[in-house]
Amino acid sequence: MDATELRERVRDFLQRHDPATMDRLEFLRARFDAGLAWISYPEGLGGLGAPRSLQPVVDNEFAAAGAPDNDPMRIAIGLGMAAPTILRHGTDEQRRRWLRPLWTGEEVWCQLFSEPGAGSDLAALGTRAARDGDGWIVNGQKVWTSLAHEARWAILIARTDPALPKHQGITYFVCDMTDPGVEVRPLRQITGEAEFNEVFLSDVRIPDAHRLGEVGEGWRVAQTTLMNERVAIGGGAVPRGAGFIGVVARAWRERPELRTPGQHDALMKLWVSAEAGRLTAQRLREQLATGQPGFEGSAVKYAFARLNQEISGFELELLGEDGLRYDDYTMRRPTGVGWDARSPGYRYLRAKGNSIEGGTSEILSNIIAERVLGLPPEIRVDKDVAWKDLPR
Amino acid sequence: MSLLYSDVEEELRGSVRRVLADRAPWTAVLKRTESDEPYDQALWRTLAADIGVAALPVPEEFGGAGASWREAAVVAEELGRAVAPVPYLGAAMATEALLTLAADELLRPVAAGQRTVVLAVPLGTGPTATPPVSVRADGDTLTGTVTGVADALAADVLLVFAGDAIYAVEAAAATRTPVLSLDLTRRLADVTFDAAPARRLAAGEPTRQAWRAGWRAGAVLLASEQLGLAEWCLTTTVEYVKTRHQFGRPVGSFQALKHRLAELWVAVTQARAVARYAAGCLADDDPDTAVAASLAQAHCSAVAVRAAEECVQMHGGIAMTWEHPAHLYLKRAKSDSIALGTPARHRATLAGLVDLPG
Ligand SMILES: Cc1cc2nc3c(=O)[nH]c(=O)nc-3n(C[C@H](O)[C@H](O)[C@H](O)COP(=O)(O)OP(=O)(O)OC[C@H]3O[C@@H](n4cnc5c(N)ncnc54)[C@H](O)[C@@H]3O)c2cc1C
Repeated sequence: MDATELRERVRDFLQRHDPATMDRLEFLRARFDAGLAWISYPEGLGGLGAPRSLQPVVDNEFAAAGAPDNDPMRIAIGLGMAAPTILRHGTDEQRRRWLRPLWTGEEVWCQLFSEPGAGSDLAALGTRAARDGDGWIVNGQKVWTSLAHEARWAILIARTDPALPKHQGITYFVCDMTDPGVEVRPLRQITGEAEFNEVFLSDVRIPDAHRLGEVGEGWRVAQTTLMNERVAIGGGAVPRGAGFIGVVARAWRERPELRTPGQHDALMKLWVSAEAGRLTAQRLREQLATGQPGFEGSAVKYAFARLNQEISGFELELLGEDGLRYDDYTMRRPTGVGWDARSPGYRYLRAKGNSIEGGTSEILSNIIAERVLGLPPEIRVDKDVAWKDLPR
Repeated sequence: MSLLYSDVEEELRGSVRRVLADRAPWTAVLKRTESDEPYDQALWRTLAADIGVAALPVPEEFGGAGASWREAAVVAEELGRAVAPVPYLGAAMATEALLTLAADELLRPVAAGQRTVVLAVPLGTGPTATPPVSVRADGDTLTGTVTGVADALAADVLLVFAGDAIYAVEAAAATRTPVLSLDLTRRLADVTFDAAPARRLAAGEPTRQAWRAGWRAGAVLLASEQLGLAEWCLTTTVEYVKTRHQFGRPVGSFQALKHRLAELWVAVTQARAVARYAAGCLADDDPDTAVAASLAQAHCSAVAVRAAEECVQMHGGIAMTWEHPAHLYLKRAKSDSIALGTPARHRATLAGLVDLPG
């Protein structure tokens, strides 16, 4: 399957489905069924088994025809994290049930991983899932759960055997966010809005059919999610000069009175970093023929966080007086994460989270050092101790 | 010139810190950011009048305490450490401008902590020989707008540049439109004069002198504020990483964090030396003050931003929340780095002063 053939398929599809007259959801469902959603997914699940690197060809073709998209910023967690995990570890039935409404945006997903006591050390999590007939009863507290207030489903990891060492007693589930035992409370962020939440799970019932992977295999399944998360955050396909660098470049071009020689050099350094990051992400996507990234993917997220922080910090200083102003601190619960329509101050503040969410930059450095470079690991005091015996 | 703190300065620090701990804990500061009164006027009166911080740089002949900008800089450190919502910076800039003009009748109530006079210039104004002017004078009235003025909302009197003169205007005679500032603990306002009655204090060269002196005092005090802010971030972060456990150990035991905190400590130590030097120069009217002020701004701005950014990063997710104080410091640090000129701007100024042309 090459670009020409894909373009033909899209045109053929568009001839039979007119985006101007068709219902948006019907159009998206038809696109999924035609295998033109995420083309690297298997046939029958929204894809054609085509190389992931050709996805932009399809997306651009649809965009050029004025077709509706699936509002990816709203469903980023589903697309970037839940879907690849379901694809890899789900049963045929689970894939058929969840992937289509996930991709069309009919069902929003969130990620119930982090807990107050288990952030970087995620495997220490304490949310309990206890067997109950043909299902599980879940109790515990999750935190920093982005867009939980929008979500229909959650990917969840919970402890099923406290007597085993921490990595071994974890199981991966899909949690129904409409279960009466799920309580979502907003957590306001430094930007003013509440993008993330605390989630309290009290006697939440999860059928065993909603388990992903084997009992006790949750940590391994979660690796798929985490590695995809890092590529999802840092490895998106963007044209040259888009993203944070595009915003600051526009300000530079439109406002010559702001320019100084020192800042010019600083801007060009950032532009070079942005382009290096963009090409690295492109190269990584080409390597991901199967759609499943390895540890190397951590590097793009690491670089992305640093770059966004440097650019947004520079943007504020470049703007000077205007950089002292903010657009809106009102507490709201957003339906997605979007930075382009916001003020430079918002970008500066929100980008601080980039080096914390999805694994901190320190943790990613450890992964690169230990898993990619093979350096001797940190001495781990807790690795082989039963979870229940860990000091807390 | 000593770069150390004197006993008197340490005592002053102690009293200011006690008042702030009592009246402006971060929880109160945070709450005030979204209230109708973003400035704590009662706290400011206690500091200015009862502790007497407004009188420090004012000579006794104008009703002041006859101390100096060195002591005033210690106050700025403490206010930075608390991100306290008081109009100290704007007031200090005006005080120094009034001192160059020997404006006795305005200085007396200022020194007594009875009235707050604020220099009405955009907070983002960098080092310039002449004051930024966006207001015009018709006889003894002023018309025009000054944007992004810090502390104007807390002022009784505004000092305004118009034409080649400097004027005093009752704040009530101006329209002060609050601006949503990135830093909610130091509010900006757009100040509009519509034929506002004004009193001319000086014209010509004395006006420019008042501007340069006022700006310079602001730059020097701001560096001390940045030092105090950076110290808070460092101390708070060190405490946190000692107690936060992950992987069965305090996260502060990981060398990745340890080394960065050690480097931050080195940077803060340097910021202290640089800020103290600037305060000493200003107090002594030293010929090196212009260099010291831009040096302090170029250095301390960056240290404060780095300290606040590391504070967020090393706290992890909790520091991204509204209910944790880190963001108050991050926003203040970033705004401070733009206030009175960015580090890049100060480096360019320094280049001229120390004969390193670009
Ligand atoms: C904006 C945002 C959105 C998020 N969304 C979600 C979500 O949707 N779902 C979800 O489950 N989670 C989410 N998170 C949580 C995120 O994954 C955690 O915050 C992150 O893993 C860090 O955990 P922590 O906050 O507990 O920090 P800690 O783990 O306590 O880290 C504190 C500091 O210690 C450092 N540290 C820890 N261990 C080491 C080590 N071994 N070596 C060196 N340094 C170390 C860290 O890097 C950090 O600087 C989100 C976070 C943010 C900021």
